Amino acid sequence: MAVIIQQLVTSYIASAAFGLLFNVPRKQLLQGGLSGMIGWIFYFQLVQNGMDSVFASILASILIGGIGQTFAKIYKQPVIVFNISGIIPLVPGGAAYDAMRHFVSNDYDIAIQLAAKALLVSGGIAAGLVVSEVFTRIIVQSRLKKKRMIEAKVEQD
Amino acid sequence: MGLNNNQIARIVELCLLAGEILIKSGAETSRVEDTMMRIAASFGVPEAQSFVTPTGIVFSSNREDRAKLVRVAERSTDLEKVAIVNSISRQISNGELTVEEALAQLKKVAKANLAYPLWLQILSAAIASGCFLIMFQGVWQDFIPAMIAGGIGQMLFIYLHKYIKVKFFAEGVSSFVIGLLAVLSIYTGFGTNLDIIIISSVMPLVPGLLITNAVRDLMDGHLMSALAKGADAFLTALAIGSGIAIILAFI
Repeated sequence: MAVIIQQLVTSYIASAAFGLLFNVPRKQLLQGGLSGMIGWIFYFQLVQNGMDSVFASILASILIGGIGQTFAKIYKQPVIVFNISGIIPLVPGGAAYDAMRHFVSNDYDIAIQLAAKALLVSGGIAAGLVVSEVFTRIIVQSRLKKKRMIEAKVEQD
Repeated sequence: MGLNNNQIARIVELCLLAGEILIKSGAETSRVEDTMMRIAASFGVPEAQSFVTPTGIVFSSNREDRAKLVRVAERSTDLEKVAIVNSISRQISNGELTVEEALAQLKKVAKANLAYPLWLQILSAAIASGCFLIMFQGVWQDFIPAMIAGGIGQMLFIYLHKYIKVKFFAEGVSSFVIGLLAVLSIYTGFGTNLDIIIISSVMPLVPGLLITNAVRDLMDGHLMSALAKGADAFLTALAIGSGIAIILAFI
């Protein structure tokens, strides 16, 4: 439990601090931190339970994208403002570093493996964000359609 | 609609300015194109054409008219400006702003320096580095070394980038210094785990935003921008990697 609380607090602070580096508007820093915290704890739990980090990143970034879309609707801000802080904890800095380390010590086999993993994780993060955006678009469009159908019916009556 | 040439020229100027600010602030390519088309459409120019890359914008009010070009030399990440331009474009769509009012507002935004104070940026890079250390399962004893290395690395990057203007070089030198500080902390007995200290302190330099934006653009079909951003991200990663690699090769 202590580990979870530790992770929650540090991921919140790290995401918000990163938002500050990207000059996220003042009010949105806290919401970005929240999105980063939720995404990271979800990812952390999945990986702790033995899931592969690529798949875990995709799932976590779908969640982050959903949170970002919701926040964007509520606070009338572009989605990117929330997503940036959200995905930062998932960025595969560790894998990229390990790859570099092995490149330097001439272990090319392992280095290539790790680099491929880092590439897949970052592709997965972006894919997850796109998936949740597409979902939101579908939901919004189907709502619009419903609204139009009701309006058309009213006009007919 | 009966827009005369002068009016169309002002609208095109407005669209280009909005697009330029967005690109300079690191918005996704689809957002830039979308915003420009939306502004043009709400002022009665529905058939505008735009072509956006990270280094320049081509925009034309219709298929017959001459195209205008804006060169974008420098890009950074400034999401506050993205948010402001977004809200201005929203106001335009709602018909709350005229062309001249919108131009005046955008010009103000383009000139403004909305960045947080330097000390706050450095401090938050330091804190973020420390927190990343805990997230990557480090021990609390390494918290301070990671903070120091991350903060100094970020400070060095900001200053070097300001004075030398070669991003690759600034990133390489900063990550070299980060590696050096991490090794020093191990030798003096301050820190315990070199790998985790280095990983968490280079995180503020890592091009996470660029990579995801590149893949985003690729999926949206903006192939040119995607490749350009991908190359940018790759160069940054290479710079960080080689800075650290020099340190690792010696120990």
